[in-house]
Order: sequence, then C-alpha cells, then structure tokens
Amino acid sequence: MTAPLGRRGARITARERYGAYVVLRCADADGPTPAAGQFYMLSCAAGWGGGEGERPFLPRAFSVLRACPASAPLELEFLVEDVGPGTRRLSELLPGEELLLTGPFGAGFRPPHRGRRPLLVGGGVGLAPLAIWQDQLGPDTTALLGFRDAMHAPGAELMSAPRVATEDGSAGHRGLVTELLAAELEADPQAEVYACGPPAMLEAIRALCAELELPAQLALESGMACGFGACFGCVVPTREGYVRLCLEGPVLDAHLLETAAVAGAGH
Amino acid sequence: MVELCGLELAHPIINGSGTFDAIAARRAFGEQLLERFPFAAFVSKTVTLTPREGNPPPRLWELAGGLINSIGLPNKGLAGFLAEDLPQLAELPVPVIVNVMGFSRQEVAELVQACSARPEVAALELNVSCPNVETGLVMGADPDELARLLARVRPLTDKPLIVKLTPNASDVVAVARAAQDAGASALSLINTLRGMALDPRSGEPWLGGVTGGVSGPAVRAVALAQVHAVCGAVQLPVIGMGGVQRGRDALDLIRAGARAVAVGTESFRDPAAGDRVAAELELLSASADGAQLVSPQPF
Repeated sequence: MTAPLGRRGARITARERYGAYVVLRCADADGPTPAAGQFYMLSCAAGWGGGEGERPFLPRAFSVLRACPASAPLELEFLVEDVGPGTRRLSELLPGEELLLTGPFGAGFRPPHRGRRPLLVGGGVGLAPLAIWQDQLGPDTTALLGFRDAMHAPGAELMSAPRVATEDGSAGHRGLVTELLAAELEADPQAEVYACGPPAMLEAIRALCAELELPAQLALESGMACGFGACFGCVVPTREGYVRLCLEGPVLDAHLLETAAVAGAGH
Repeated sequence: MVELCGLELAHPIINGSGTFDAIAARRAFGEQLLERFPFAAFVSKTVTLTPREGNPPPRLWELAGGLINSIGLPNKGLAGFLAEDLPQLAELPVPVIVNVMGFSRQEVAELVQACSARPEVAALELNVSCPNVETGLVMGADPDELARLLARVRPLTDKPLIVKLTPNASDVVAVARAAQDAGASALSLINTLRGMALDPRSGEPWLGGVTGGVSGPAVRAVALAQVHAVCGAVQLPVIGMGGVQRGRDALDLIRAGARAVAVGTESFRDPAAGDRVAAELELLSASADGAQLVSPQPF
C-alpha cells in the first residue's frame, strides 16, 4: 500500500508517559495499515515553529511504534523522546490536538530467513519499530532492550517480556545491550537480528553479526526533510554508494553497510 | 491557463528543480501521483554530463523558517538520465523541463543538444550556479560569462531555454539583462542563498559540503525583491520562487511580475503543497480584488 499523496491531519486520541518517553496515539482515518519498520513524517498542526532557535520547521521522521488496524479508524502510536525543538513540541501534544502526518514511507523489516529465529535488539527510543514487529512475529519473540538509566527504562513496558540492560545498572543487566546480544548469540547461533538504536549500538551489532556471519536487519536514522525521496538529504553510505534512507530504508541489510555509524543523525 | 515561453500550463504553479523527485514520489504515493500531479510542469533535478554521487552527509541543517541543504547535485549523468529517467518522466501528465548544469561551455552544449533532441523534453533550464572550470567564474554570477555561455548554447536548440539565476551575484539585474540579450527564453529565480552552520559541539562546519543553500520562508523577502527588480528590467517571462508556502506568497511573486511560480522547500513538508498553493492562488485571483482577502498585517 502506498501513502496518501499529501499531508493529513490525525487527531491525538491518547498520550501516555513512560519515564522519559511519551507515547502518542492518533486516529489516521485516511491512511493504510503500515508495515513494521515503516515510518511517518510528523509535525503539529499548531505551534510548529517558535521553539528554540525559532525551530522546528521541517517534519520529523518517526518509525511507527504500533498500529491498531482493528480499531476504526486505524490508530497509530508513536514513541517520542524530547531531545530537540521538534520532539519537544510533539511530546507536548495533548488528546484532542492535531498531528500532521505523511506516510507510511520506506521499506520495513523482512521476515527471517528459513530456520532462523528472530532476535530483536533495541536501544532507547529505537525500540519503536521492534514493538510493532514483535506484535506481528508473536509475543514470544526474544527482545533485548538497552536504556541509559532509570528514567528511560520504563520504555521496556512497551514490549512483551524484554530483557533489559541499563548503563547505570538501575534496571536489569548493568552495561550495554550488545553484551546481552553477544551472550544470546553464543547460546543460539541460528538467529536473525533485527535492531534499531543509536549509531554506535547499531555499528557494534553490525560488526558482531558480520563476525558471526549472521543476517541482521538494521533500522537506521538520518536527518530527513521530506521522507519520500525529494530532498536527497537522508543518504547513508553503503557498499553500493549513497542510498536515500527514506526510499531504500530505513531498514537496511547489515551486509550492505561498511558502518552503521551514520553521520548527522539526530540534529 | 498560463503561457510560459510556448508551454501551455494548466495553472502557474510548478516545482523548483531538485525539490521533487517525481520517480521516487511515484514509488511512495503510487498512481495517485499521476492522477493529481501537484504541478503544472515538472522541472527535473539537475542533470550533469557525468554521474555524481553528491556531497558527503550530513546534508541538511534546519533553520528558523527554512533549511540549509548541501546535496551536491547527485544524479545519474546525462546517459543514465536519458535512458532510465526521462522515459518515466514522460508519463507525467504535464510538460517536462530538464534542468542541466555543466562545468564548461562545452559540457553545457552537450547537455543542451542531447536533451533538446528528445521529444519528451518540453524546455530546458540552465543551472548556472556553478563555476566554469576554465574561467573560474560562476557562470550565472557574471553578465559577460553568462552571455558567452548563451552564445554557445542558444543556437543548439529551438526549445525554450530558461536561465535559473543565482542570487549569489553582485548584480542580478545585470545578469538578467545579459541573459535576455543573449537569447534566453525565460528566467527563473531565486536559487538558494549560500549559507552555513557550525556543529555547536566542535565549532566545525556541520554540512559535509561545508556550505550549502538556504531555502524556505526565510528567503521569501529576498526572492520577492529580486523577482521585482528583474521583472522591472527585462521583458522575458519570469518564474518566481523562494519560500512560497501559500497562495498569498505566489500572488506576491505574480504581482511583482512573475509569470509562473515554483514551490520548492514547502513540498518537503507537504508533498501536495503545489496543488494547495495553486488552489489558494486561484481563490485569491478569482476575487475581484485579491487584496480584500488578505488584510495587511505589518506587525
């Protein structure tokens, strides 16, 4: 299903806080059901601009956290962490207010290769596309989630039975989620890794999976103006040259990448 | 209907080069893109003689009311464009204008000749915002340099040749006059204004290309002033652009003398922006006095 042509309004129906994160739920009457790993460009109908540095101006790219196609109209959920003027404004949205969105865009996750067990690895707000993917794969799908600290660890409540690592040891394993992953892969080398998170985490996972010759699908982030291939701003370097993340990604096969530490994410 | 150097346009709103990739948009939006194409003509992204990868990322920096882009003109090169892209662009329901850029007069001549020979191409737009490697002069920043370029390429085609002026010139009106005298069919302006941003942590340039082009509503007043000045100095039809977000912005450029108006950065925020601006402009133009709909709000 392709995205509707043009920006559309979507009423916020719920707003819930999970520690440092806000989950926005909205009613998308005119959009198709997204695939896991696809993304939307979000902005607010009111008050988009006039924040720090008179920003935001551009919409912001968000992987869909969850889609509820059974509800009529279709409801979408997005996971927002206030890290800049755009995410701040979005995280302030209240039920009844209007989100503007375009999408769904991009290529999402592909099913695991035959005989491979999907293993989901998320860092921080990067858990978003893994939640909808776990919804589809089944609640028993192993999920490993890493968070900075106790403020962020409540994000783990958004997935089914995840194993958690925190850098400060305030919840679960003290250390990095990649340590949990390494132990998991040692126990079961028949895994296919699905990951989303900060560039350093993705690069560590890419390197680990390359060493073990395991397939991995990485959901990347890049500064993006449009989401539909117009601006050429979101390119990431691959073994085949620059690709527009909005069209060829955001989920890329790890073997396409020499590095997953993409420059310019998160401005 | 609007007549633009021989092209019949359904309305005055087109896209700015490099701000809408119709082939990618068809992947994202499907056939509805053809059913309600947002522009009355389609201007391609800049085509160069040889393929270009573009600048290293990061390529974008958000500003108050706009952005800086440092994309670096990635494209398949002339042969790839003609073989792969042009046949797809020909399926659009509007005339196709191909934007070309060369690093010497000979390169521009090859591009103009090859594109002009294709029946799918309705008109050509010359991106003259780059330096001529033989003279070191930015082709569109110097009236004599531009006149020599047009003297070389104007005889090579009967199709309309639109010159896209750069605002990064000391005397844009002089360049516009030179383009008219040398046989340009139309002018388009403004291209982006040169700008830059520093990474607040390191103090180093943020953009992979060091500097970039500023666009969006932040440049709208500059665009209006340049369109007004150029339209007062030449008789050629002018395509006005720069920060157009609403019908009212397009109306301003038309009142300043523009024949057509391009929407660029706003399409990033709303892929149907061209359609919306055209509809708003039509409403404003249909009222006996468009000004009645918009009261001045100086403060």
